Amino acid sequence: MAMAMAMSRSNAGRGIRLMSTSGWWKAVEPAPKDPILGVTEAFLADTDPNKVNVGVGAYRDDQGKPVVLQSVREAERRILGKENMEYLPMGGSVKMVEESIKLAYGENADVLKDKRVAAVQALSGTGACRLFAEFQKRFRPESQIYIPVPTWANHHNIWRDANVPQRTFHYYHPETRGLDFASLMDDVKNAPNGSFFLLHACAHNPTGVDPTEEQWKEISYQFKVKNHYPFFDMAYQGFASGDTDRDAKAIRIFLEDGHQIACAQSFAKNMGLYGQRVGCLSVICDDAKQAVAVKSQLQQIARPMYSNPPVHGALLVYSILSDPDLKALWHKEVKVMADRIIGMREALRGNLENLGSPLSWNHVTDQIGMFCYSGMTPEQVDRLTSEFHIYLTRNGRISMAGVTTGNVEYLANAIHEVTKSSEKELKAGAV
Amino acid sequence: MAVATNVSRFEGVKMAPPDPILGVSEAFKADTDDLKLNLGVGAYRTEDLRPYVLNVVKKAENMMLEKGENKEYLPIEGLAAFIKATVELLLGADNDVTKQGRVATVQGLSGTGSLRLGAAFIQRYFPGTQVLISSPTWGNHKNIFNDAGVPWSEYRYYDSKTVGLDFEGMLADIKAAPSGSFVLLHGCAHNPTGIDPTPDQWEKIADVIQEKNHTTFFDVAYQGFASGSLDEDASSVRLFVARGMEVFVAQSYSKNLGLYAERIGAINVVCSSSEVANRVKSQLKRLARPMYSNPPVHGAQIVANVVGNPVLFDEWKSEMELMSGRIKGVRQRLYANLSAKDKSGKDWSFVLRQIGMFSFTGLNKAQSENMSSKWHIYMTKDGRISLAGLSLSKCEYLADAIIDSYYNVS
Repeated sequence: MAMAMAMSRSNAGRGIRLMSTSGWWKAVEPAPKDPILGVTEAFLADTDPNKVNVGVGAYRDDQGKPVVLQSVREAERRILGKENMEYLPMGGSVKMVEESIKLAYGENADVLKDKRVAAVQALSGTGACRLFAEFQKRFRPESQIYIPVPTWANHHNIWRDANVPQRTFHYYHPETRGLDFASLMDDVKNAPNGSFFLLHACAHNPTGVDPTEEQWKEISYQFKVKNHYPFFDMAYQGFASGDTDRDAKAIRIFLEDGHQIACAQSFAKNMGLYGQRVGCLSVICDDAKQAVAVKSQLQQIARPMYSNPPVHGALLVYSILSDPDLKALWHKEVKVMADRIIGMREALRGNLENLGSPLSWNHVTDQIGMFCYSGMTPEQVDRLTSEFHIYLTRNGRISMAGVTTGNVEYLANAIHEVTKSSEKELKAGAV
Repeated sequence: MAVATNVSRFEGVKMAPPDPILGVSEAFKADTDDLKLNLGVGAYRTEDLRPYVLNVVKKAENMMLEKGENKEYLPIEGLAAFIKATVELLLGADNDVTKQGRVATVQGLSGTGSLRLGAAFIQRYFPGTQVLISSPTWGNHKNIFNDAGVPWSEYRYYDSKTVGLDFEGMLADIKAAPSGSFVLLHGCAHNPTGIDPTPDQWEKIADVIQEKNHTTFFDVAYQGFASGSLDEDASSVRLFVARGMEVFVAQSYSKNLGLYAERIGAINVVCSSSEVANRVKSQLKRLARPMYSNPPVHGAQIVANVVGNPVLFDEWKSEMELMSGRIKGVRQRLYANLSAKDKSGKDWSFVLRQIGMFSFTGLNKAQSENMSSKWHIYMTKDGRISLAGLSLSKCEYLADAIIDSYYNVS
């Protein structure tokens, strides 16, 4: 008896014990594949030589290769070995943030002169949106967020994980593959006064459909009437038209009208800094004092999320935006990217029309930015993938950045194949 | 169209209190006194009190610049080469658990971000289950669990009478917690006290945790930095894993590779099977996506390059020994100064027994405030000093300040 006890005690001392194979993690289901990033994973796994990736929105050159901008390479050279790696403040690089909001609001914006902008460095666009969602939850706990239909899928995840209830507003018009302006305005009017709205500043993702300048002015006016709060997600400034001021037009209109907006900026696409995760969240306030308070609260949200943001990407952004020559070079390079995409839109549309497609493809050139909302159904998309090894998200969104002179014909042929006999489905539109 | 400006929606937003740790550096920067000393944040300094970028990091960055890699998005879980390296560092190369695919690892935003992912996972799958954290602990732990919606309670840890570990209290509190709780342990170099359990005490802690069917959550922010040896500093984690326990481990490369601002770390969940690990990993990714989509690449590449290159890896080990060696040296000097100057016979040897970057001086809030207001020495209000910010030449000044604050302020 004593021996048995001694042995069991020594076993306990060594901690040999049956592992639990159930119990703890039973409830953990395998997560569904992310609809966007999962596409790239599937593409990488495919060994077909003709495979085409028009899934994730990452720019490719005409050889289908990722691009590191010259301005970025030069910035890399300049910062190598120059800085130590000390923690940034919780709000990130102050210098980078200053340049970032100048870019968004215009160098001479009154809100900047009056120091009314609370701004922090964020983990690219996602991180900026999440900071705002958490801030909204904390300081306007009764509020909801109105999200356009459709939108970037991760918007729903972000506000959901921040526990902010969501509602939707009309945006995309499947029949015309354009903007459903009338329904959008109805939704704006019918929402309770003081509602929070998520707006894409330019190059709407996934549709590529943007309001015109006139439409933006009307939206802005109605927002004033209803005292709504505009939150802008600007992930493509410069990337849409090739002109950074032009792409920020919606924001400038709202500013002129005296709205106090918030804005999430990303440098993933327009500077090609995807993996660096660099962006900015700004919130316009009543005055400088309030801006300081709001900034301090944004920092409080960041601290238990990641303490302080990563420095490398911020240094690159600052280097480029603060140096007139590098900045000029960057503007040029952004225009090259935007122009190439516009060229590919024309080529794709031209090819489809030449193939004698019974459907209208005007939307391919009417839409703007990285994405083309093709109008294809999920079933048609599945055929593109299984038969032609073309990878895109099931909502029919084509990343034009992945289209090249080398693959545009192949792509057009494939799209023609899967859509030529399905006029009805295409007109009904995929959402 | 001129329209009146709206009143802000955020009118009621008050100024947040300064962060107790990061706020210290800000106060230090504002001080203009020549004698000022920053013993606040745990960032390593050389004897000249300058930040230190490790040589291996500079070399790795040069290699990276030459390779000219692109800056594409990483997968949500992070850089594959980094993930492989970080698990090996933690558990040892050739660890069975790794070979069996039983570790779910996701690159995280340094220690904070990795802890947050772990906390968010706990909230989602074990809502209402509490985490036990040490009293005291790193200030941001509470914020992380609060913001993640995970309830927490404290277990006794620091014994102010002995300036050592309240081991009986610690075991009792862990035992008293409801079965199936989470227990947050510092893998090595406890922050803020610098007081670690002995190997024998680790065994007993593991016993109690297994007895109560708790799950351990290790925070490993100082691997290699505490003793100078990567393996030795991971021994507590490896002990638990060898006993077949399922554990969470948050890692950081801020201190041991000096990559503070690059925000590089990992959340690891050691599971009972590879099938479970796959499911857990997929859900960790699902939590990361709406936070920041995918992690930053730069720091991950530095780690992968250093660990993956045998020459650099060896060099890194030497640099780590240098850093931890400097701290040990500073501890010796401070202890010598304190003993020499304090005629009361108080035992200051805890300064030598404590390990890692921090020392818990035993000073209270008022005394700590005296340190900054009178002596321009900046530290956190819980009495913690960062030895990483102390040079041999300043030890005497510090000793004077500590003795003055301890005896003349209450």
